[in-house]
Amino acid sequence: MNMLNTQETLIEVKNCKQSYPKENHSELVVLDDVNVTLKSGEIVGLLGRSGSGKSTLLRIVAGLLAPTKGEVRWKDQLLSGPAEGIAMVFQSFALFPWLTVQDNVQLGLEAKGVQKKEREQLAEEAIDLIGLGGYEKAYPKELSGGMRQRVGLARALVVHPDLLLMDEPFSALDVLTAENLRTDLIELWVEKKLPVKSILIVTHSIEEAVLMCDRLLIFSSNPGSVAHELEITFPHPRNREDLAFRQLVDKIYTLMTHREPAKINPNEIDVKQANSTQFVAIPPMSMNLMIGMVEALFAEPYKGRADLPKLAQSLQMELDDLLPIGETLQMLGFADMAEGDIILTELGKELVHSEIEERKDIFRRSVVKNVTLIRAIRSVLDERSNHKASAERFRDELKDTMSPEYARQTLSTIIGWARYAEIFDFDEESDQFFLDEDDKNVKE
Amino acid sequence: MARDNIPASVAARAKPNLFDVITILCVIALGVAIASATRHVLQPLNMPSAQAINLDPSYLPGYAMRTTLRMFAALFASLVFTFTYAVVAAKSRRAEMVLVPILDILQSVPILGFLTFTVVFFMGLFPGQILGVELAAIFTIFTSQAWNMAFSMYQSLKTIPEDMNEAAKCFGLTSWQRFWKLEVPAAMPGLIWNMMMSMSGGWFMIVYSETISVGNTEITLPGIGSYVGTAIVHKDLAAIFYAIGAMLFVILAYDQLLFRPLVAWSAKFRFETTNSDTDTTPWLLRLMHRTSFIRWISDYIEGFAHKIAILPIGKRPFRQSYLSKNKISSKAIDMIYIVVLCLLGIAAAYYIYQAVYGHISFDEVLYVVGLGFITLLRVIVMIIIATIIWVPAGIWLGLRPEWAKRTQVVAQFMAAFPANLFFPFFVVGIVHYGLNKEIWLTPLMILGTQWYILFNVVGGASTFPGDLREASKSFHIKGWLWWSKVMLPAIFPYYITGALTACGGAWNASIAAEVASWGDKTLKATGLGAYIAEATNNGNVFQVGLGMVVMSAFVILFNRLVWHPLYDFARRRLSFS
Repeated sequence: MNMLNTQETLIEVKNCKQSYPKENHSELVVLDDVNVTLKSGEIVGLLGRSGSGKSTLLRIVAGLLAPTKGEVRWKDQLLSGPAEGIAMVFQSFALFPWLTVQDNVQLGLEAKGVQKKEREQLAEEAIDLIGLGGYEKAYPKELSGGMRQRVGLARALVVHPDLLLMDEPFSALDVLTAENLRTDLIELWVEKKLPVKSILIVTHSIEEAVLMCDRLLIFSSNPGSVAHELEITFPHPRNREDLAFRQLVDKIYTLMTHREPAKINPNEIDVKQANSTQFVAIPPMSMNLMIGMVEALFAEPYKGRADLPKLAQSLQMELDDLLPIGETLQMLGFADMAEGDIILTELGKELVHSEIEERKDIFRRSVVKNVTLIRAIRSVLDERSNHKASAERFRDELKDTMSPEYARQTLSTIIGWARYAEIFDFDEESDQFFLDEDDKNVKE
Repeated sequence: MARDNIPASVAARAKPNLFDVITILCVIALGVAIASATRHVLQPLNMPSAQAINLDPSYLPGYAMRTTLRMFAALFASLVFTFTYAVVAAKSRRAEMVLVPILDILQSVPILGFLTFTVVFFMGLFPGQILGVELAAIFTIFTSQAWNMAFSMYQSLKTIPEDMNEAAKCFGLTSWQRFWKLEVPAAMPGLIWNMMMSMSGGWFMIVYSETISVGNTEITLPGIGSYVGTAIVHKDLAAIFYAIGAMLFVILAYDQLLFRPLVAWSAKFRFETTNSDTDTTPWLLRLMHRTSFIRWISDYIEGFAHKIAILPIGKRPFRQSYLSKNKISSKAIDMIYIVVLCLLGIAAAYYIYQAVYGHISFDEVLYVVGLGFITLLRVIVMIIIATIIWVPAGIWLGLRPEWAKRTQVVAQFMAAFPANLFFPFFVVGIVHYGLNKEIWLTPLMILGTQWYILFNVVGGASTFPGDLREASKSFHIKGWLWWSKVMLPAIFPYYITGALTACGGAWNASIAAEVASWGDKTLKATGLGAYIAEATNNGNVFQVGLGMVVMSAFVILFNRLVWHPLYDFARRRLSFS
């Protein structure tokens, strides 16, 4: 499909690093040593978990963010800001609620100083192309999510950008609407009706990536970097029931659940050890969710072992929903993940069989053994005569190794676990951990 | 293609209709009225026509017009202030460090105390002309409106959703274009709501400031306030009734002609994506949509405004770097800036000390603080009484949808009505029955601001979730349990908002309420408000200043120590999200 000879290089990202300074003179690295080249005629997907820096990379390419290190070239020119010829579609649509559909679409043209007549002509073309004809005078509030994102698309296409950037454009939509929009877009692309040369799309849905893209860059987290690159040569329209399609999805799942040995960089390793990073970030994870997952794995048809893509499909879950559960279960010793499968351990099976009190015991033992943070808090509480400890101190310690948002999340998750397992309790009013009578009786 | 920019109604009804005639007449009449009202402004002060207020009710419409114009002038000034001060504060990090705290303090200063300073200042600016006094009155109203409008604008500018900002940058909008196309529209709903709230305070101020007496200069500006003042001197109860009627009419007109349409119009600038326009369109807005003449004008204005807004002025967006190259020099400038500010503060403190030294004794300060506690006691007692009355009433009304809406409209209207017009009735009562002035002058403080409590409680009760009501019913929760565990916690966040506003207003009103007169009889209660009022009357700038500083301190401390913690608690614990 691509005419190799006429491919023009649009974007070149060279050795880009993005990091944010933190209070204690260290830095939080979001992207590390990323190299990406984008040519005309291709749809490239950035696939990764949340927090892997793929949206950051998109914003660097959009010219909204300057990389801490490295450079970005747009058509051989150094990019120094939002460039003409690059347009973006947002996850949240980012429509101006006080402008009609038509005015929203025309805004970019007006900023460029296009004359009224031409403006209206172009807007009409884009509106009709994307299937919004008849909605010109409507306000975004009056439209459904799918229609709103169509406005977002028309607004980007109207300026005839060479490069269209899409930041998880379908993830705020329901499954059917997303599918409908995706299909329409691909159809237009294949028929060469889209006034764009190339598309760069950020997604966390493996199937979406395989459905749409010619090339996939798979991101790994902490710090975000391109871990794998895949060419996808299936012709459009792609069928997700095809064997080859399923195999590719399986392969990507395997790639993404595979634990990479931490990148060894002699300079960084010293820094990390000096900071003694013993606390890890824990995603928001309720007891019900974990136990529900363990029970689902134990039951028919999986009987203790499930293929991740199938599990995701049957539970209607995306990568970002499923993998954190799997990883948390793995951390606590209730399950293992390998080769795109999730396997229940003996301890996990025990959890399924147990009654409420017994279940708490199993969970308590596992949490105390595997979660350093919970162990640390409990031992501080045991030492103190009043059995109270300020949460601020632990929050600060967490912030040394993770972003404030993750620190907040991690604390909130472990408070939920500790309450369930009756290890300690938390008082929001005074921002303190404490032991109540029941907790004190429980010994490790 | 049907999407040309000519509204469909123009093509459909090109013939002028009755509405057009009426509106054109109204516009012309307004123009004439403004012209004749402003004609007298430049007259020298000692001319008799500038001073004498005629109590004949036929003069009232003219007075009401003058009062209303002052209001508009102040509103305009407040808008200008908002669009400069708030924008600078939001855009410049260094300016922000200074401007925001200043605004915070100004919000807590008792506005009536400003009068002394502003009258002196503006009369000095235009000696012998009534314009100076007019400006002083307008400035007083300005001070009652500008701060919270600016604050609202500042907050809106600071909380523009990041994705909207990115979208605007992505499409290459310049800073000027972004300001008018994104930032101003986004600030609109908050700004208009605050304008409306400011108005309530404004009417009170205007009525008070039209009869200004500073030291031995007594100036009367023609208006409703001075009409009432004259009526008090002449013990003319009927005239006070007329004035109240005129004021009712003015506020009703303001509400119907200006704010209802504005609030409805500003709803389209909200970011919430749900379509929640359950409110009916105000009749004026409907009229405007249907009248081709007005439509033509408003479309013309809109088109013109749009052309201005889209002018490519200002910088194109550029990338934000987190590690800017001149970080060190920027930090150095910060340090210098802070040092300069500190020096400025010290210089100011020294200057104040120099000026005040010898004029105010330490005993005086103690005495004034003591007076502050007496007024504080009054405020607290009044808030408690208003709470006991209006919380149950508000809950009762709020839970009945057919009443809730109407009550809110009435309460809002009552809050806007300048309560000081009612003061004479109380004074007549106190004089007639020989009541204790220390006690019976007190209710005047809360007369105007109690409605905020009712307004907010009704709002809270009417949004109480239906399923929670059903749940409490199905568990047979009744009586005290229902009040303490169900209803009171649910409306508490709303109540706090209302009580906070009522409290702030009560402090300010104390200056007008602790001293009241009827004919030649003057009633004076003991308190900080009376102290400031008396000092204003005597033209003692130092005492006014001292009184204002002490009162501001009371207001700020009370806010920080009582309202803010309560508000935080309510938001964390007692909200439904």
